[in-house]
Amino acid sequence: MWKRDEAVRPASQPPAAPQPPAPVAAAVSGPRPETSHQMEKDIVNIGKSVVIKGELNGSEDLTIEGHVEGTIQLKENVLTIGANGRIKAQVFAKSVIVLGEVTGNVTASDKVDIRDNGSVDGDIIAPRVAIAEGAHFRGSVDMQRKGGPGQPAKPAEPKPQAQPQRVGA
Amino acid sequence: MGLLDRLAPRRNESDVPASPSVSAEDPIFATKALRKFLTSLTARESPVLLDLGPVVGSNVSFFGEQLGCKIFVEDIFADLSRHLRTGVLDELPAFLKKRFPQESGSVDGILCWDLIDYMDRPAAHELAHELTRVLRPDGALLAFFANTPPRDTRYTKYVIVDEVNLKHRSYEAGRSRQPILLNRDIIRLFSGLRVTDSFLLQNNLREILFRKPAYLPTEST
Repeated sequence: MWKRDEAVRPASQPPAAPQPPAPVAAAVSGPRPETSHQMEKDIVNIGKSVVIKGELNGSEDLTIEGHVEGTIQLKENVLTIGANGRIKAQVFAKSVIVLGEVTGNVTASDKVDIRDNGSVDGDIIAPRVAIAEGAHFRGSVDMQRKGGPGQPAKPAEPKPQAQPQRVGA
Repeated sequence: MGLLDRLAPRRNESDVPASPSVSAEDPIFATKALRKFLTSLTARESPVLLDLGPVVGSNVSFFGEQLGCKIFVEDIFADLSRHLRTGVLDELPAFLKKRFPQESGSVDGILCWDLIDYMDRPAAHELAHELTRVLRPDGALLAFFANTPPRDTRYTKYVIVDEVNLKHRSYEAGRSRQPILLNRDIIRLFSGLRVTDSFLLQNNLREILFRKPAYLPTEST
């Protein structure tokens, strides 16, 4: 009984929770240089003043705080649209976290997460979608597992049909 | 306060999964018609749902993950507020006429909530006409209507708790409810649909479930 009190203390946090955008500065200094070096390696930032028009492809997690128009493809990685990010693009990624503004369709093979004050104007295709209170969304949500046929995020996998429900007589 | 009293709430907090769109303060009311509406949706394999209210994340998860729906979120409350704010409310019927990009007869279910209560008659007529158009034969439309004189100047987000309970979350509105509609007014408004179920709840809300008759041909192509 006494140990339960210990258990409910919010001291420990889950280690692997995907952190939102945490705009990690490129040059991070801290007590654990190997950790910051790892983050530099795995997360790329597009800063506030950057404007990109065209096709953006990559195989690393990406945080966008600037403006991007065109197409964004991060098929195996996490795309975070930061609070300052303004996107007018078709987006394909493993996971998409939106804190800024997205105009365009968003396809994710894993999850789309629209956080508080995030905004999406467009259609979402993803097996999991989370929309926070205070977020803005206009469009459609299709949560068919693995995406529809011809979706660039998972082009090779066939579209499994919804599980038929057995109804008792 | 005893130790157990202090422990209990904490344990509850940690047990409950985080649900950002459900707040403890919002009142929960029973719903009779939602279950029937859901039954009509589950009869289809990949139902298409049109939600006319503001986006509610947990509702999207409910319909998307549990029922396999494709959900169109078209927040008409926001459109109404915008027209009010900009002083062009008389243009709302014409706006609504072009508002829905969905094909005729392509939608399996429509969540109209209590939207009609906030609309003037011309806009309500145009909306009802458009909703009837996009609804497929045998599709269902769920609408709520107040049964008491208008007082509140707040819209309500209806958060699905489960198939028999709705959480009512009010938020800032541009106008109050318009004078209440009698049942016969509602039936005339949705003349292309048929009332299949009607409930008067204890909170003075009328829940009405409409169906589009299966034998009527879909309008225009």
